[in-house]
Amino acid sequence: MTTTIDAPLTHTETRSWYQVFMSRHASLVPTFAAVAILMLLLAGAEAFLRGDFITPGTMSALLLDNGPLLVMAVGMTFVIVTGGIDLSVGSVMAFTGILLATMLSNGVSAAVAIPVILIGGALIGLLIGVLVQYFDVQPFIASLAGLFLARGLAFLVNLSSVRVENDAVLWLRTRWYVGDFYITPTGVIALLVVALGAFVMQFTRFGRTIYAIGGNVQSAHLMGLNVARTRLLVYVISGLCAGLAGLVLTAYSGAGYPRNGIGTELDVIAAVVIGGTLLTGGRGYVLGSMVGVFVYGTIKTIISFLGAEQSWMQIIVGGLLLLFIVVQRVIVARADRRE
Amino acid sequence: MHTDTAVQPIVDMTGITIRFPGVLALNNVDFSLRPGEVHALMGENGAGKSTLIKALTGVYSIDAGTIFVGGRHEAFATTADAQRAGISTVYQEVNLCPNLSVGENVMLGHEPRTGGRIDWKAAHARASEHLAALGVDVDPRAELSSHSIAIQQLVAIARAMVLDAKVLILDEPTSSLDRSEVERLFGVIRGVKATGVAVLFVSHFLDQVYEISDRITVLRNGNLIGDYPTAELPREQLVSKMIGRELEDLAALARTAERTIDRDSAPVLKAEGLGKRGIVEPADIDVYEGEVVGIAGLLGSGRTELVRLLYGADRADSGTVSVHGALAKIHAPRHAIDHRIAFSSEDRRGEGIVADLTVAENIVLGIQARQGWARRVRPSVHDAVVAEYMEALDVRPANPAMVAGNLSGGNQQKVLLARWLATAPELIILDEPTRGIDVGAKADIQRKVAELAEQGLGVVFISSELEEVLRIAQRVVVMRDRRRIGEFVSQDIDLDGLIDYIANAERGNVA
Amino acid sequence: MKKLFKHRLTWPVAALAALVVINTIARPQFLSLTVKENQLYGPLVTILRDSAPLMLVALGMTLVIATRGIDLSVGAVMAVSGAVSLTIIARSEAPGSFATVAIAVIVGILVALVLGVWNGFLVSVLGIQPIIATLVLMLAGRGVALLITGGAITTVVSPPYKWIAAGYIAYLPVAMFISIAAIVAVALFERRTALGVLTEAVGINPEASRLAGVRSRSIIWGAYIVSGVLAGVAGIIFAGRTMAADANAAGFMIELYAILAVVLGGTSLMGGKFSIAGTVIGVLIIQTLDSTILFLGVPSAQKPLFFAIVVVIVVLIQSTRVHDFGRSVGQRFARKEPTDIRIDEEVAA
Repeated sequence: MTTTIDAPLTHTETRSWYQVFMSRHASLVPTFAAVAILMLLLAGAEAFLRGDFITPGTMSALLLDNGPLLVMAVGMTFVIVTGGIDLSVGSVMAFTGILLATMLSNGVSAAVAIPVILIGGALIGLLIGVLVQYFDVQPFIASLAGLFLARGLAFLVNLSSVRVENDAVLWLRTRWYVGDFYITPTGVIALLVVALGAFVMQFTRFGRTIYAIGGNVQSAHLMGLNVARTRLLVYVISGLCAGLAGLVLTAYSGAGYPRNGIGTELDVIAAVVIGGTLLTGGRGYVLGSMVGVFVYGTIKTIISFLGAEQSWMQIIVGGLLLLFIVVQRVIVARADRRE
Repeated sequence: MHTDTAVQPIVDMTGITIRFPGVLALNNVDFSLRPGEVHALMGENGAGKSTLIKALTGVYSIDAGTIFVGGRHEAFATTADAQRAGISTVYQEVNLCPNLSVGENVMLGHEPRTGGRIDWKAAHARASEHLAALGVDVDPRAELSSHSIAIQQLVAIARAMVLDAKVLILDEPTSSLDRSEVERLFGVIRGVKATGVAVLFVSHFLDQVYEISDRITVLRNGNLIGDYPTAELPREQLVSKMIGRELEDLAALARTAERTIDRDSAPVLKAEGLGKRGIVEPADIDVYEGEVVGIAGLLGSGRTELVRLLYGADRADSGTVSVHGALAKIHAPRHAIDHRIAFSSEDRRGEGIVADLTVAENIVLGIQARQGWARRVRPSVHDAVVAEYMEALDVRPANPAMVAGNLSGGNQQKVLLARWLATAPELIILDEPTRGIDVGAKADIQRKVAELAEQGLGVVFISSELEEVLRIAQRVVVMRDRRRIGEFVSQDIDLDGLIDYIANAERGNVA
Repeated sequence: MKKLFKHRLTWPVAALAALVVINTIARPQFLSLTVKENQLYGPLVTILRDSAPLMLVALGMTLVIATRGIDLSVGAVMAVSGAVSLTIIARSEAPGSFATVAIAVIVGILVALVLGVWNGFLVSVLGIQPIIATLVLMLAGRGVALLITGGAITTVVSPPYKWIAAGYIAYLPVAMFISIAAIVAVALFERRTALGVLTEAVGINPEASRLAGVRSRSIIWGAYIVSGVLAGVAGIIFAGRTMAADANAAGFMIELYAILAVVLGGTSLMGGKFSIAGTVIGVLIIQTLDSTILFLGVPSAQKPLFFAIVVVIVVLIQSTRVHDFGRSVGQRFARKEPTDIRIDEEVAA
C-alpha cells in the first residue's frame, strides 16, 4: 500500500435542506425559539387586548424603555459566551449614572463627564477581568466584588437622586417622530451598540476568539489564540456597556439615582439566556440577546397593561429562565449521549 | 542506533533530559525525524513518550540537550513558538472548538480579512481547498460537533497544513476510530507524507504501527532503547524491547499460580459478551472463588475499559453479568458493591483516594458508604479496621490521621486496597495496583493478593508487567486493540510465549 | 507553635480578634455590657443578636458549598417564609395567640423546606449547574413573596412572634439562642453521623466517591434542603424584627455575605472540607465589620464598598497561596498556565 491518497473522498450524502441547515446553524435554534416566543407574546397580547397593544407608541416605548437593558445585554453576551458571568452591571450602571448626574450638576461639561463615566465603567470591568484572568478567581466571585464596589461607590457619590439639567445630555431624550413612531438618541445609541456588538462577534478575530474560548478554552490556547487578553477584554467591554447604560438611563429618565439597577443584572442575564445564549459558553448571538430583551420588555408591558402587580414580572422571568435552562440541559445531555 | 543518515532530519533532538520532582522522565534521549517519513514512537506507560512530545511542542522546557528544527536551534518557551517553528499536533481529544464551523476551525486565527473584517466566503473556500487537498469533502459551514471524531481529526490535520506544518504529530489518533475510518486516516497520512511533512505517529495499536510507519523509536523508563526501520523489526522484538526483561527481586517469589481451583460450582462472576460500542468489543470473562484471573495486554488494549464495565463504573451496551450463577444488573458501582464486588482504579489519585481526607477516613469510606450516611461506623469498629489494615499492608507512615494526599503512590495504593478489603468483598478487581510503586510495596501487595486468593477471594488482576501477571494468576485473559484475543492457564505459558501471543496472535473472527 | 499557625482557623480567629481590639480602642464602650430589665445590652450583644439570620443562612451555605455547589436563593427564601408566616398571622383571628404563631412559624419553615427540595432536585437530579438552578428561585422567589403579601408590606402585631426576633431569655437574646441551637444542630448532624465526611468526600472527589459507593445524589439534595430550612428560619427572625414582611428588603444580598462568611471561615468555594466553626467566625467577622462601619458614621448604603475590599483581599490571599504553590511545582513548565493545560504527571511518574 504505497499509493498516495487512496482513501475514498468523504462524500456527504445528499442531505435534505433541513439536515444541512441543522448542521450549520443548530445553535441558532434557541434564538429562533426566542423570536417565536416574542411573536406569540405580541400576537397574543394584541388579540387579548383587542388591538390596543401593538401601537406605535407601545412599540417605540418597548425599545426606548429598555435601552439600558439592551446595552448591558450586549456586554453580557460577550462575557457569557466566554463561559463567564458579570454580576456587577446593574450596580455599575447606577454608579456611572449618579456620577454623571452629580458631575453635571457641579458644572462639569458633558464632553468631559461622559468619557469619564465610560472609563469608570471600563475600569471596574478591568478589575474584574484581572481577578478572573490573572488570579484565577471565579467570575461569579470576582464580579460580585465588582457589584459591591460599584454599589458602594454609587452611594459614596451621592446618597440620593440628582436631577440632570444639562442640555447636552437632556438632548439625548428628544423624540424624533417618524409617523406615529418615535425614537430618541438613546434608542439610536442602543441600536448602534447592538449592531457594533453583533459585527464584532461575527466578523472580527477578537469575536471569534470569544467563541473559541467558550467552546474549549484549552483548544483555543493550543490553537495559538490570545486567550488571556481576550478574556480580560470581555469584562472591560461589559463594564463599558454598563457605563454606557448608565448614561442612557440617566439621560432618558432625566436623573441619576444610586438605587438604580438593583437586581438588574439578573434581568440582563435572563434576557441573554432567553435570547439563546448558553450559560455554559460558546454559543449565543448579540441579536438573540436583543430579542431576549424585547421578550422581557414585552412581558413587562403586558403586565402593566393588565394592571397586574409587578411582582408577577419576577416570577414569569424566573419561570422562563428555568424553562430555557432545562431545555438547554436536555439538549446538551442528548448530544452527549449521542457521542 | 541511526542507520541511514543520508537524509537530513527535519527534527533533531539530542541528549534530551527532563526531570520532575522525584522522577527522571527522560534520560539523555536522542530522537530524530526525517521529512516525508511516518515515524512511530512506542513505549509503555511511564516510558516518556508523552514527555518527549511535550518537549517538542513547547509544553515542557528541557533540562539538558538540544533541539534542532529544520536546521535551526530552537528553545521553545511556549506552544506558540513550536507552532511557529512548524510543529503541529493533533491530540487524542482533537483540540478544536466544537461550537465553531469546520471551516472556521481550519482557519481560526488566520481567516482572510478585508481591513479587519473577516471574509467568510473566502475563509470557507480556503478551508474547502485545504480539506480537498487531503481528499476530504465536507461542508465547511457545518458545525464541527455535528461530525464524527474521525472527521474532526481530519479537520485538525487540515488546520495543521494551513499552518504550514513541517512536522505533524498524531497522538493516539485511532483510539476512537473504526476500521474504515482508520483506512481513511491512513490515506490522508500518506498524502501528507508525500508532500514532505514528517509524521510522528504515537499509538498502542501494534498492527497499525506496522501498517503505516517507516521507522519506530522505542522508549522505556525514560531511556532510548533504539530506533529501527519498521521492516527490520519483528513484532516480538518490539514488544520485548517495550516491556523489557526487568531485574525483579520479586522473581524470588515462588509462583503461587499452582493451586487447584474448584470450578464445579458457579463462578463468582461471569460476564458474557460484555461490551460498549466504540470502547471495547464484547468479551467474555469469568472468575471462580479463590482464583486470580489476570488480564494481559499492552496499554490501550481495553483492559481497564472491560473491568469498568464489570464493575458498573461505565454502563455496558451489550452482554450480561452473572454473580454466583444468577443474572445480575450492574449499572452503577452501587450495584456491584451490593454484590460484594470491589474495584481499585488504576488512576488512584483521580478516582481512588479522596486526597484531602485522612488515611483513616479513606480506609473506612467503603464501609461507611455501604452503611449509609445516617449510621456512623462505630469508633471501636473504625479504629480496629484502620489499625488492622494499616498493619496488614504495612502502610507508611503509620499515621491514620495523615492526609491521604500526602502519601507516596505505593502507600496510597495500599490505603485504597485497605478500603476495599475492609468491605469483605467476594471479588476484587485490581487495575494496575503496582504501577509506579517501589519494589518493597510491590512485593507487599502481590503477597497480600495471593494470600487473599488462597482464602477464597476472587481476584481480577490487571498489570502491564507480564511477569507479575503470570506469577500471580491462575488464568490469563489476553487483550489487544480493544478486544479479547485469547485465554491461557498460566502454567501453560511463559513470558516469551505470552509476548509472542500478544504481538502475533491472529485476531479472532472479528474483521 | 508552627502548628498553631498552620491551623486553618488561625487566620479567621486572628482577624476577628484584631477587629475586636481595634473597635475597643476606637470606642471603649464596645466591650461594655449593661443590664436593664433583665436584659443584657451592649454592642457585643447586638452583634450576637443581629447576626442570627446571617448565621443560619451561612450554615446552610457551608454545606451546599462543600458539595461544590452554591445557593443564591436564600434571600428570596427568607422573603417567602417571612411573607407566609406573617400573612398567616395577619389573616388569623387571634394574631397574638401562641398557637397561631406556632402554626405560622411551622408553615413558613415548611414552605422554605419545599423550596430547598426544589433547588436540590434541579441540581442533583436534573444536573443543572447550581449557580443557575438557584438563580431561578432568586429571581422568582421575591416575586412570589410579593404576591403573598399582596404587593404591600404586611405589618402585624403579635407579641409571641416578635419575641422570636427581639425577645430575651436569661438576659440574652432569643435570636442568639436560635443561632446557637442551629450551630449545634448542624455540627452534631454533620459530625455525629457520617454525613459530614461523606459530604466532604463528594465535594473533594466526586468520581472517587461514586466509585466507592457513596450516594452522592442524596447528599447533594440534602444539603440544599438544609439550606432552605435554615433560610426559612432566618426569614422568620428577620420578619420578626420589624414585624413587617418586606419582600424586597428581606435577606437582601444576604447570599453574598453568606458566601463571604463561608470563604472567610476557610471553606473553599471549590468544595470539599468544610468548617462550621470557621463559618461561625466568618459571620462574626462580617457582623463586627458591619458594626464598625456603622460606628464610623458611614451611611449604611455605602457599606458594600468596604465589603468589596474585603472580598478582594480574601480572594487575593487565597489565590496567592494557590499561585505560590503552583509556582514551586510549576518551575518545570515552559509556559505557566496551570488552568489551561493539564499536565499529566501520572504519565511522567
